[in-house]
Parts: sequence; structure tokens; C-alpha cells
Amino acid sequence: MNIVNVDYSTKIPNNVGLAEDRRVLKALEGWHPGYLDWWMDMGPEGFQQALVYLRTAVSVDPKGWAKFDYVKMPDYRWGILLAPAEENRKVPFGEHYGEPAWQEVPGEHRAMLRRLVVIQGDTEPASVEQQRHLGKTAPSLYDMRNLFQVNVEEGRHLWAMVYILHKYFGRDGRDEAEDLLRRRSGSADAPRMLGAFNEATPDWLSFFMFTFFTDRDGKMQLESLAQSGFDPLSRTCRFMLTEEAHHMFVGETGVGRVVQRTCEAMKAAGIEDPNDIARVRALGVVDLPTIQKKLNLHYTLSLDLFGSEVSTNAANAYNAGVKGRFQETRIEDDHRLTNATYPVLKLVDGEIKRVDEPALTALNMRLRDDYTADCAKGVDRWNKIIEKEGIAFRLELPHVGFHRQIGEFRNAHVTPHGKLIDTATWERDKASWLPSTADGDFITSLMTPVAEPGKFASWIAPPRVGIDNKPGDFEYVRIAA
Amino acid sequence: MTAVSDAPATSDSVLRKQHLIDPAVCIRCNTCEATCPVDAVTHDDNNYVVDVEKCNFCMDCVSPCPTGSINHFVLVRTPYSLDEQFSWTDLPPEDAEADAPAPGAPIEAFDDEAAALLDDAHRGAGGKVVAPASAAMPRINLHDRNHPAEATVTGNFRLTAADASADVRHIILDLGATPFQVLEGQSIGILPPGTDAAGRPHHMRLYSIASSRDGERPNTNNLALTVKRVAEPRADGSVFHGVASNYLCDLKMGEKVKLAGPFGSTFLMPDDPAADIVMICTGTGSAPFRGFTERRRRSMPSAPGRLFLFFGARSPQELPYFGPLQKVPKKLLDQELVFSRLPGKPKDYVQDRMRTRATDLAALLKRDTTHVYVCGLRGMEEGVEAAFRDIAAGVGLDWSAVRGDMRASGRYHVETY
Repeated sequence: MNIVNVDYSTKIPNNVGLAEDRRVLKALEGWHPGYLDWWMDMGPEGFQQALVYLRTAVSVDPKGWAKFDYVKMPDYRWGILLAPAEENRKVPFGEHYGEPAWQEVPGEHRAMLRRLVVIQGDTEPASVEQQRHLGKTAPSLYDMRNLFQVNVEEGRHLWAMVYILHKYFGRDGRDEAEDLLRRRSGSADAPRMLGAFNEATPDWLSFFMFTFFTDRDGKMQLESLAQSGFDPLSRTCRFMLTEEAHHMFVGETGVGRVVQRTCEAMKAAGIEDPNDIARVRALGVVDLPTIQKKLNLHYTLSLDLFGSEVSTNAANAYNAGVKGRFQETRIEDDHRLTNATYPVLKLVDGEIKRVDEPALTALNMRLRDDYTADCAKGVDRWNKIIEKEGIAFRLELPHVGFHRQIGEFRNAHVTPHGKLIDTATWERDKASWLPSTADGDFITSLMTPVAEPGKFASWIAPPRVGIDNKPGDFEYVRIAA
Repeated sequence: MTAVSDAPATSDSVLRKQHLIDPAVCIRCNTCEATCPVDAVTHDDNNYVVDVEKCNFCMDCVSPCPTGSINHFVLVRTPYSLDEQFSWTDLPPEDAEADAPAPGAPIEAFDDEAAALLDDAHRGAGGKVVAPASAAMPRINLHDRNHPAEATVTGNFRLTAADASADVRHIILDLGATPFQVLEGQSIGILPPGTDAAGRPHHMRLYSIASSRDGERPNTNNLALTVKRVAEPRADGSVFHGVASNYLCDLKMGEKVKLAGPFGSTFLMPDDPAADIVMICTGTGSAPFRGFTERRRRSMPSAPGRLFLFFGARSPQELPYFGPLQKVPKKLLDQELVFSRLPGKPKDYVQDRMRTRATDLAALLKRDTTHVYVCGLRGMEEGVEAAFRDIAAGVGLDWSAVRGDMRASGRYHVETY
């Protein structure tokens, strides 16, 4: 079996030799109809029959995995694709550092691994559910196509996790795979497992912020799992990261294009004051202070996904060789963190202070810091757009203590600039930091669909480059009549 | 011809190929760095960049890039250092020097054999050529001699009449699951099997793609070629048989062919629907124009820009696609089919017909939406040039100035052999 090219002889395209693995093939074929039912129920509403110009992996070889074509989403070939195995790969951290990487689940780490796979798997269908109504208000066919590409790839990421569950976790794995199709984002009875994945994605600015901030948490989690000593998980996460990059792209350029359009419209109208919100909004664009508020909201919701700053679970997963650090193999240290410390932001006697904690228990904090640094670079690019247009405004990441539900700051009120305040002040000022209902209503009012090739809604600039080098007026989605 | 080398630049006259990443489009996702098999991609806090000393143009990073920022290749006198690239917020402006090929000029192929062939074919444009401003970004060199793509022959039809002296064929090659993204006007390299008398592999031969970017039929991963069987009588009474053309013309359904490419990053069609396109060709030089026409027909049937075709052959029996051309509506394609060997008629050449249409062509030359393409045997260049010179002069224009302007803005292209 050729590990690079994809086997299309089974119903499920794969490069893991499913044709010879009857047990798992049968299990996945049993899961497949339920998945399709879920996709039809909870996938992009109103566009299941549209022809979408999508990228499908035809091979995990660099030249082969990005084949573009028109596809109806329910016919998308969701497959199981693992990055090629690295020869003699070793467990790169923890107690088992330097031992050969595991091709099977070690019994003592089974429960922990299953939990991590299920949590990761749960986020994938959740975001499809959150975004299912957005097609109807797409600002262009280009953006609509990008949304659907993100959606089918999240679907494939669910497949990736379900394969791991079926292949390595027996009956428990099968039950978990069923549950992944049973839970629903925002459901009162069976919600998705993580908070941010039960929030609505009501409009396209939220979608872009979500793909920038929340999918970037996904990227960081995948990066850590790609280091795992459990080799199949590492390989599946490595391939998922290549797709995840597209989601980062949609978010960063999406917000960037909104910022661009706002600045252009302000300049054309001769508005210099970015806080002249009413006049800016009258131009049919999103004012920069509102973009800042959306940023504040999505960044902080995403920070909560990293869990408590100090966590024994994270320490255990690291010790066990199950979940590593961001770019673990590039870090020069003992990869066991025996005596290392890491500075953690904490609330101490009514003040925000950096306190050294054992690095092992501070792994969530460290990953979150890596995440913040990654976010900051994108925000820098947005600021360059504003600067180029000559508008006096800067977007900023708020303080990590601001608007938190999980971790060290969950019971504190902190301003975006990191000042501790009392509840009364918080209640008085929070509308200037977080989007209000009125802000949401305004954004919603802009969400009128544009479906003519090459045309864009008033509030967003066209992209600099088309997908797959396509020209500006390319019909990325052929909407069914 | 200016030398193009992979070796480090030793003098100002040597140009080097350099791979750059557009920092204004890149999102720093690390995919290219993770993909690069020779560790040529690196980054700092600001940018992802490519080390010119390490990059071997294998193209592995191009497809996985989610943004398209990776797809920039230029010719430079002095390569940009890593530090220079780290400091950028935008790509540096292209050097507009007139010499061909000049620094900043687009690269047509990384494969030296293919690059030399295209360089020679484009000589007739008279200077540095650039792609039309609205052309889609081409992929080049996805496959080379050492890593060819394998295609399957799914069609091989004779286009010329059975009794015509020329054997011109329409050959369809299916790429299966192999990615081979092409644009109209690009060429592919054919690598005939076997060796020459000296035991060396046969030279690569370039053929223009005769289909449009989405395939011979929409959304098929195949492409068509227009190939004339080369069989030239020699002075000594023998007949020279072209290796590649005879190999192609003799292919049977289901046979496998090794391809390099695609090549070419300037002789591309404008995607602007308002562009008027004048296409002048003889014989198999019509191949790219079949692609252009099909592209317009499929993707922008109501484009305001018009297509003009001046197409010469000895007779209708020897004019490739004569039959199908009769069915193309004038609204899509304004055709002038010109024949030089019709019994009882004076010889008529494309340049003669251009003069007949002088009024229309003169009006077109005055518009900055007009794109001119010349493709065919090298012998046609002189006549076409003379016709343009006269047509321009007739309305008080200096052809060499007009041509220079058009060429500099990617609106004048010559590909002859």
C-alpha cells in the first residue's frame, strides 16, 4: 500500500491501509451514514446542492494534496490522511523521553489519551454547527467558498479523530465516536464540551474573528498533540495542521479586509477621527472601535480554552509523553522540565503579579503565551493596514486578565489595559470594551448577501489574491437554482 | 541573450532566479517551512523568507500554501539576503529596466532546457516581456525531467484532411490524480522515451496547451495539444522525422507519456473581460488561441472585450480546427482564415488580411485594453511586423513606440519557432 497516495477503492479515501483493516473499515462504514445525517442536519444550511470550488486532498505528498474542483459538499471525499511516518521517531519529551514512539496506545495512558482525542474531536463538528447559517449572508462568493472550505475541513478533522477512536480505543472509542455526532453546539441537553464552541457565530465579522482567534487555539492544541509520543495521533495532527493553516488565513485576511475597507471608506469621506462612530457607520462599514470590541471578545473567549494557568492535568499529560509543548523539538532543554520554572500571571493580594511556578504545571500558561505571541503578529499586520491608510488608530490585544471565565482571573474584573477594578466600574464601562447588543445589531444590519461573481459587500475589501490563483470574478460557488 | 544561472552571481551581467514570499499576503502559518525538504524556508518575528542558497525550486511548498504568497519567483542581479527579506512589509517593486530578461522579470521556467526554449521563442517580442496585468498567477515547473508527470493518452485525432500533406493532430492527455494546474498560453515539455544516436536522452520539446485551464472539457484534469508531424525532405533526398512530434502523433489510446512543466509565465491571456485580444497565428500556432477562445466562451461568454483571430494555412484542409471554427459565433470570435495555396487564387497571408482590416486594427492599437499575440513559424514575424508598422503609420502612430508600450504593460506577446 502506498502511504503517500490515497486509496479511493474503499468508500473512505485513506492512506492508512483501510482496505486491509477490515475491522476498522467496517466500524467506519458503520459510522459514515450517521456522519452524513449529521452533515445534512447541521452542515451549511441552504447550500448542500451548490457546487463549491473546493480543495480536496488527493495525496499527502506536498504537490498532491491540494486539488481544486467543483464539489457538492455532501459529496466531498472526507478521508483519513496521516502525515508520512518518520522513521525511528522517538517520544520527544516527558518520562519516556528518547524511547521509541508508540504505535499502539500504552495501557497506562489510555484514559488520558482518549479524553484528549475526544475534546479535540468535539470542537471540529461544533464549529460547523456554529457557522451553519452564515452562507446566507456571505459578503461574496469568494468568502462563501472559504467558509465552506473551512466547514468541510472541520468535518474531515472529525473523521481524523474518529479514526483514532475506532482504531485504537475499541468499544469505548466507538461510543465516543457516536457521542461526537450526538452533541450539538449551544444545546441545553447535550452541549459541546468547551465553552467557546457553544457560543453563536452570528455574523461574518464574528466568523473571521473566530477563525483567527479560536481556530488558532485549535492550531496550538494540534501543535502540542503533533508532538505526542503516540505516533498515529502525532501524524494525524501534523496533516490537520496543514489544513488548519487555511482557517488561519481566512481569519487573518478576513479581519484585515474589513479593516482595509473601513479605512478606505473613512479616507474617501474625509473622516479622520476613528471614534466618530456614527459617521463611519453611515458609510456602511464597521467602525474600528467596534472591531476592537469584537477582538476583545473573541480573544478572551479563546484564552479560556487553554484552561487553568496552573494545571496538574497538563503536567501529567506532559510527563506521560502524550501532549507536548508548542514546537517541542525545537526547544533546547531537558524535555522533562524536572527543575525548570515558568513565570505565571497571578492575582496575589489584590495585585496582578508574575510568580514562578514549576514549569511542568505551568504548561497551559506557556502554550497560552505562545498563542498570544502568535495572535500579536496578526494584529500587527492589521495595524500596518491602518497605518498605511493614515488613520490614527491601533488595534490591541487586551490584557489576559480581561473578561475571563476560566483560570486565575475568573473572579476578578480587569480592564483591557490590565487594571483591577471593582464590579460597579466593570458594569459601568464594559459596554465600551465588549460588543453591546446595539453593536451586534449594527453589524447584523450590514450582513446583506452578495452573490455576484467578483462583487463584495460594502463593508469588506476584495482579497489581494484569489484562491488557487483564480481571477477576481471567478465563480467560486455555483449556487443551485 | 542574458545568461541565467543557478550558480552564485559573479558579475552584474549574470541573473539569478530567486524565490520570494509576499509578506503582505503571508500569514506566517509555517506550512512552507514544515514542507520544505531542504530547509530553505526560515522565519523571524516578522516574516517567512526563502534562502536563495538553499532553494532548489522543487515547488513542494507551492500547493500547500493557503494564501498564494509563496508563489513569487523573480530574476535578480544580486539576490535579496535573508535580512533584507526579514525587513520587508511588501515585496520590492519590480525593476523596470528594459533589457531582456531584466532583473525582476518573471521566470518562465526553472528547468534550464525549457527556459532556453521559451527565451528563444519569445525573442520576437523585441524586449522584456511581462504577463498581462489581469492574467492569473501561473504555476510553473511543477514537474521536470527528473520528476516528470505521467499522463495517459485519451484522444489522438487527425485534424487535417486525409489527403492533406500536413498531418496535424489533436492529442488529449489525462493527468489522472496528478496535480498539473495550467493556464491558457502555457506550454508543457514532452520527454520522448529512448536516446539519440549518441546515447543521450532526447531533448525536451515544448508544446503549447490547446485547451483551457479547466481541461479539455470543464473540470477534467486533462489537456490538449496541437501537434504537427515533422517530416521534412532534405537536400540529399532523405526525410527528417522530428523525434517528439512523431512520438506524439503515433501515440495510441491508453499509452503513457512523460510530461514536464507547465512552463511560461508571460504568454498568458488577460482575465479582464474588457480586454480585446488580437491573435495572429499560422498552423499549430493556433493552439494557445484555441485555449484563449475556449476560456472566454466558458467563463465570460458576455465579456465586452472582443477576440480577433488572424489564422493562416495553405488551405482549409490543412488549417487545424477548420471545421470546429465554422461553428464559433462571430460575436465570440471575429475570424479571418487566410489561405496561401487556394487553386486559382492569389497567395493570401495573415499580414495581407491584417492590412485589409487596417481600420479595425488601428483603432485597437489606440486602446490600452488591446492585447496582441503572435504565434507560429518564425517566418511570419517579419510580415506581421511590417503590417503593424504600416497600419500604425496610417494613423500617425510610431509602431516601435506603440509596441514598446504594449510589451511593457504585458499586452504584446510573440511565441515563434
